[in-house]
Amino acid sequence: MENMVEISNVFYGYKKHDQAEEFLALRGVNLKVKKGEFLVVIGHNGSGKSTLSKHINAIYLPKEGDVVVNGMNTKDTEKLWEIRQSAGMVFQNPDNQIVATIVEEDVAFGPENMGVEPSEIRKRVESALKAVRMEEYSKHAPHLLSGGQKQRVAIAGILAMKPKCIILDEPTAMLDPSGRKEVIETIKKLNKEEGITIILITHFMEEAVDADRVVVMDDGKIVAEGTPREVFSKVELLKKLGLDVPQVTELAYELKKSGINIRQDIITIDELVEELCQLR
Amino acid sequence: MSIKVNNLTFKYMVGTPFEKTALDNVSLEINDGEFIGLIGHTGSGKSTLIQHLNGLLKPTSGEIYIDNECITSKGIDLKKIRQLVGLVFQYPEHQLFEETVYKDVSYGPKNLGLDEEEIDNRVKWALNIVGIDYDKYKDVSPFDLSGGQKRRVAIAGVIAMQPKVLILDEPTAGLDPKGRDEILQNIKNLHKKSKMTIILVSHSMDDVAELADKLIVMYRGKNIIQGTPKEVFRNVETLESIGLAVPQVKYLVQSLNKNGFNLNEDIITVKEAKDAILKALRREKK
Repeated sequence: MENMVEISNVFYGYKKHDQAEEFLALRGVNLKVKKGEFLVVIGHNGSGKSTLSKHINAIYLPKEGDVVVNGMNTKDTEKLWEIRQSAGMVFQNPDNQIVATIVEEDVAFGPENMGVEPSEIRKRVESALKAVRMEEYSKHAPHLLSGGQKQRVAIAGILAMKPKCIILDEPTAMLDPSGRKEVIETIKKLNKEEGITIILITHFMEEAVDADRVVVMDDGKIVAEGTPREVFSKVELLKKLGLDVPQVTELAYELKKSGINIRQDIITIDELVEELCQLR
Repeated sequence: MSIKVNNLTFKYMVGTPFEKTALDNVSLEINDGEFIGLIGHTGSGKSTLIQHLNGLLKPTSGEIYIDNECITSKGIDLKKIRQLVGLVFQYPEHQLFEETVYKDVSYGPKNLGLDEEEIDNRVKWALNIVGIDYDKYKDVSPFDLSGGQKRRVAIAGVIAMQPKVLILDEPTAGLDPKGRDEILQNIKNLHKKSKMTIILVSHSMDDVAELADKLIVMYRGKNIIQGTPKEVFRNVETLESIGLAVPQVKYLVQSLNKNGFNLNEDIITVKEAKDAILKALRREKK
């Protein structure tokens, strides 16, 4: 299988003001993301997750090493627009990403700037809004939508550019439980049905449970990776890094500590129920 | 300090086509020293409600009493109310502005007209509560701190005013699990030590389940459910239908009981679930 993103030995640093030494935000990151993969990146604030994600659509360029997106090196300035079209980004705060006063105009902003034919833009806007289940709101004003709806409009705006990969940097941090659910279901659907590669950065461990792979970052490096099951079974490591595990994983870990002979790679409610029923 | 809200209604853009009722006849009582969790989906009226509690918004109708003093009557000294009721907004670190951590935290107390020594004591006290080392950080620019530290300094600025009621609007949004736990632990300790009345607005059902004495659930401008977390989380279907949820362990307990366990349905925290499951498994073994 071909890779959507190839990050090889990437270093990146910047100067914090009134400090002479450069702060290294990334210290030799290697990561390959397959086409169609659903990858989740976790790590505490300041671990380098966002810096890494901004390398994937050439907002940042590596000081050392290479980032190749869909076969294009991000250092190749002539490919800049093509790279950003292949890899779209969605950020934390929906209010900072919406530019127009009507939903459909907002979604059309990307393809318009790419010089897409008006008739084609209309088609793309319609199908993008349909994909995020916001077609009924095409004529609404974005500022009157709920947080989850706004975030779905932001995703539609990326979809209208027909990306192959979407990077989402804590897209649910500001949302209520139902908004969070709407956005995560939309992301999963785009991954499954449209085959879009997803790179999701999150602090909510429950959102990582259905990913193909989880990558853990600390101090500018990747310190663990594997299936959600493999990663979350390392409860002690994650806690040491200031991270969390899903509540059911934590409960299984606590039960084990109290002498119950229970599997340590439980990540869903159903698994824990099944396991506990067998112990009776 | 107790709070009493009587038939509070707030409409904005009255008389225009955009007229909207943000609060619809809300009545509630909060006792002195209580820890309240205020939950509800985005746009349910939580933020509008808390902005009334320190006089930032004036109700269309209804009254609010803080310790039996009506703060919605004419001629009330709003400055005094705002000293009594401290409000920490969402993303409070956006309001940091001073050159050093010390100056930023002391800004409020200074404006209260306190003397130097008292200001000094308050800054030390407030930074200690939020877990920021006074000696190490007092002369540092708040803008050189990490996200979680900035937020804690901003919260210290409100705590240093020593309000009797502290309201926090989603203080952990956007923080990593460790930063979140630290801030919640700070708030919990503050409540324990100072007996401040605390109102925590949150989207995390797990957090309010752990911390609050009482929950108030807002929906479409009304406070539709209130009670202890255990009481409120019994309404699983209602909560889900209004865009909220219950803690994950609650779903686990329901599912275990369907499969032959007989656990208390009121379990809402990981610790309670652990104890109950251990007890059930050990009993069966005997």
